[in-house]
Amino acid sequence: MEERRYDKLGTRLFHGALDNGLHVFVDRRPGYGKQFAFFATRYGGMDMRFQTQAGWQDTPAGVAHFLEHKLFDTKDGNALQIMAANGSDPNAFTSFGITGYFFQCTQGFAENLRTLLGFVTEPYFTPESVAKEQGIIGQEIAMGDDEADTEVFYDLLNCLYAHHPVRTHIAGTQASIAQITPQTLYTCHGAFYNPANMVLTVVGNVDPEEVMDIAREVVTAPGTGDPARDYGGAEPREAVSHETSRAMAVSAPLFQFGFKLPDPGYGPERLRAQLIGDLAGDLLVGDSSPLYTRLYNAGLLTRSFGYGYEDYPGCAFFALGGESKDPRAVRDQVLAECARLGREGFAPEVFQRAKKAAYGGMVSQLNSFENTAVELAQSYFDGVDYLTFPEVFRSITAQDVAEFIRTWFVEAQAALAVITPGGGAA
Amino acid sequence: MKVTREVLAPGVALTAIQTDKFKSASLSATFLTPLDRETASANALVPYVLRRGCETWPTMGEISVRLEELYGGALEPVARKRGETQCLGLMGSFLDDAYTLEGERVLEPAVELLTSLLLEPVTRDGVFLEAYVAGERENLIQAIRAQMNDKRAYAALRLTQEMCRGEAYGVDRLGSEEAAAALTPQSAWAAYQRLLSSAQVELHYCGSAPVQRVREALSPLAEGLKARRSGPTAALTCDARPHAGGESPREVADHLDVTQGKLSLGFRTGGADARGENYPALLVFSALYGGTATSKLFLNVREKLSLCYYASSSVEAVKGIMTVSSGVEFDKMKEAQDEILAQLEAVKAGDFTPEELTSAKQAVINSCQSTLDSRAGLEQYWLTAAITGSAETPEELIARLERVTAQEVAAVARGMELDAIYRLMGKEG
Repeated sequence: MEERRYDKLGTRLFHGALDNGLHVFVDRRPGYGKQFAFFATRYGGMDMRFQTQAGWQDTPAGVAHFLEHKLFDTKDGNALQIMAANGSDPNAFTSFGITGYFFQCTQGFAENLRTLLGFVTEPYFTPESVAKEQGIIGQEIAMGDDEADTEVFYDLLNCLYAHHPVRTHIAGTQASIAQITPQTLYTCHGAFYNPANMVLTVVGNVDPEEVMDIAREVVTAPGTGDPARDYGGAEPREAVSHETSRAMAVSAPLFQFGFKLPDPGYGPERLRAQLIGDLAGDLLVGDSSPLYTRLYNAGLLTRSFGYGYEDYPGCAFFALGGESKDPRAVRDQVLAECARLGREGFAPEVFQRAKKAAYGGMVSQLNSFENTAVELAQSYFDGVDYLTFPEVFRSITAQDVAEFIRTWFVEAQAALAVITPGGGAA
Repeated sequence: MKVTREVLAPGVALTAIQTDKFKSASLSATFLTPLDRETASANALVPYVLRRGCETWPTMGEISVRLEELYGGALEPVARKRGETQCLGLMGSFLDDAYTLEGERVLEPAVELLTSLLLEPVTRDGVFLEAYVAGERENLIQAIRAQMNDKRAYAALRLTQEMCRGEAYGVDRLGSEEAAAALTPQSAWAAYQRLLSSAQVELHYCGSAPVQRVREALSPLAEGLKARRSGPTAALTCDARPHAGGESPREVADHLDVTQGKLSLGFRTGGADARGENYPALLVFSALYGGTATSKLFLNVREKLSLCYYASSSVEAVKGIMTVSSGVEFDKMKEAQDEILAQLEAVKAGDFTPEELTSAKQAVINSCQSTLDSRAGLEQYWLTAAITGSAETPEELIARLERVTAQEVAAVARGMELDAIYRLMGKEG
């Protein structure tokens, strides 16, 4: 394996690849008792239409997430129980672009890693187990329907995008998951869970060569590559609609306000676009920004407020939101401030301070094994060397960020989604 | 990792953990005071008002600028409860000095900011600023109302409110909306003075600096706290109620516009709690019954019968309460409840395998060991220890966990008494 040293971050990263195309990254951390492993495929809720040797496949919404649940089933029982019995704490998640399986443990790492790599690559589905899962996930979807935070976020995405599949709930609907059969799951697993479309990242006090050996021993399937996907072609540059609102059982109005951004593509530019987006957010509505102070003092925002830049294959956006007694007033003030910043730019000391704070925040995030492992996997899929962020930060100027705000944080790109109280007793 | 606990002044203790494992350091100050219906909201307001401004950094904007200069440090107001103790403070996280770009020190300026926020609030006419109190009072009211937004947590909250109606534990960490709405600069100031004069103060540091440097940096804060104390430190008590209150469990239901119901069951633990000999057995019992993916509740109620999306148990060991939470369709509530109780009967009867026991022990030990790798975990562990008066290290607790037997687990299970049932139902239900 090759070793990459990131001295500023105190990180030693080991990287290797198997002949079948599986890439392995190990962030070695002496002094820790725990280990964390993350095994992911470039397959998420968005990947509903894709190409196999048999031609284009159309699958219902929610298959990636359904598959995530069902892969824990093995011929001999359930991997969750096997791993829990071995003292680890396994779990998984499905996002728009990836599905990841992970565990943390403080002992029995090698055995747990074997189990993880094994159950993810060896599918076992039966009609009975699929039917049972439809009940469990049906409940999960029902629970999600009551989660206003999530709903308002999807409402925003449906305003911003015309047809990009980021509009679709990752878990699907009761109706869409009812169409799933064992064959659907085998087809999707065959297409996306091949080693050349996957990555393994490990953080902790482990021997990188041992990780590599275990991967070589367990992950023996041939790599067939990254399947072509159809996200519906180019999106319009601008937001499709600019406002939506509905009622749910919440105590105060919840909102998400966002800007549709250009697709950052594949490769190093993606990290640069992310850092510029993050800095723009910090400078616009970060804790020390004049706008945030003004909105907070006016009682228009609470501490539940959050913001961030997000990107997925084929799309990127910036969203801010939380509770507010008057989301439209927040929108208007944000747009006015964007216009001002685009016009006037930033004082050098303000910009340098924002960079320092963002840098410190990203270094601190490396404390989290889970966060580090997921970032390493995600950035591998994106063609990015995540741990170069200190250098990328250095290359970004105040003009870059002002230009970004001037171009993209404008009314044509923007949409506001609101959930108002009133659905049910509050 | 080196843990030092020392008293810096009467009623003021420092827990310092020296380690170079983490890329950022924790720094916090917490007032510990008995949870009380009369004072809970006023107390909860105090850290939020303090965080609005001090003499050196009088506005949130100026505080934020200072924190950004310190590499995006955080210093957040927090109101928590452990058992019947309310914990109010400022919790900080700062980049460790080892990772600064120019080799600057972050610890000393961070402590300076913490000290100023705690001891030198902006005042007008001898009390907090009206604007700060009004703003944070509104936020507090909103935060209390917003508790209903997360239905899972809300069901657990409503269960304990109902089950512990006459006990301090039934008071929420933020108090009540009515009490919050009545707060004034004068009443908030009185609460602040009460905390300064008599609450036990826990200072916490975890990072690469040796304890001497930490103690020195904190000495103005310790001196300032000492000067503001009058009289004895308020004792932290807990109304231990080992048994269920009535003949049959109290049953309560709320109706909201939800598509999925929540069923929460509250149990008294028969005297098993964080202070007792059987604390390790209590933790293992809860893991085996409903705390892990190999637990009775997960395997039977969720996986085998598909009755719930989730069904899990958790223990509040300082008070001595176990709760079972589940998300379940309205028409399956009875069935789910029967199965949840049937699984408890099984554990009481010792009807579990050696593998189930081993797996539960492993899960608790794993979580305990992971505490040593997490700054937040360490802070919580030692704060709880300060409340229960324990000096046991996570390593020592692990040694006790290793020795837990099947008999001890079944004995703890037999102490469980169902005391309250809470149901969150749909509007028409």
